Amino acid sequence: MFRITPDPLDPVALIATVQTDAAGAVSLFAGVVRDHNLGRRVLFMEYDAYPPMAERKMAEIAAEVCARWPVTGIAMLHRTGRLEIGDASVLIAVASPHRADAIEACHYAIDRLKETVPVWKKEVFEGGEEWLEGTPVTAETGAQGAE
Amino acid sequence: MTVPQVGPSGVQTPPLMIVRVFLFAALRERAGAREVAVEAPAGITVGVLRGLIAAAHPVLAPLLPNAALAINESYATDEFVIQPGDAVALIPPVSGG
Repeated sequence: MFRITPDPLDPVALIATVQTDAAGAVSLFAGVVRDHNLGRRVLFMEYDAYPPMAERKMAEIAAEVCARWPVTGIAMLHRTGRLEIGDASVLIAVASPHRADAIEACHYAIDRLKETVPVWKKEVFEGGEEWLEGTPVTAETGAQGAE
Repeated sequence: MTVPQVGPSGVQTPPLMIVRVFLFAALRERAGAREVAVEAPAGITVGVLRGLIAAAHPVLAPLLPNAALAINESYATDEFVIQPGDAVALIPPVSGG
C-alpha cells in the first residue's frame, strides 16, 4: 500500500498490511511533528503533496528495496494538511524473514522518500511561517534506482 | 489542446498548445493558484517551457532554477519533448517526512 492521505495514520493497521507468516521481523518508521526546529517553537505543520506522483514514487522506492533486500512486504503512507505536534506525518513498514534486512530496508526507504517523493512541509512557528528548505530533485536523482 | 495557425502567406507555423502546469508548496502560494497556463508551440522541450513559464509568470521565476519538472508524474530532463495533453508539474525541492 502506497498512499497519500489527509487522514490520521494508524501504525498498527499498516503493520497488518505487510505481515505474513514468512516474516520474522517488521520494522516500522514513524516521522512525527516535533515542537521545535532551528531554535524556534513550532506551533503546527502544513503538508502539501502531488498525490498521484507521490504514490508512484513510493512504489518505485519499494521496487528498489525489493531488489536489494529479501523483504516480504512493504507499505508507505504520508499525510497531508494541517498536523499538530505529536501527529505522525509518515509511516513506513517493512517485513522480512530476519530483522537486519527489515531495519536496513526501512532506513533506506525513508532516506529515499525524503529525496524523491513530491511532498512539502510548511512550518508555522511563533512569529512566522516558512516552507522548509528541501532537497532539489533532478531527472537523474529522481529516477528509479538512482542514489 | 492544439490550435492550428496559418501565417499571412498561408504557410503553416507550428501549432500552439496550452500547457497547464500544476504548482505546489511555495510556488502555489506565490502564484495564488493551483496551476497556471502557458501558451507554447507544439513540440517544445522542458527547457524551453521553463523560459516560457518564467516570462509569463515572473513571480515564479526566482524559484524555477531549483524546481524540477515532472511530465506525466515522472521527473524529466530539459531535453524532454512535451506533447499536447501531458500532465506537467513544477516540483520545488521536496521536504517530506
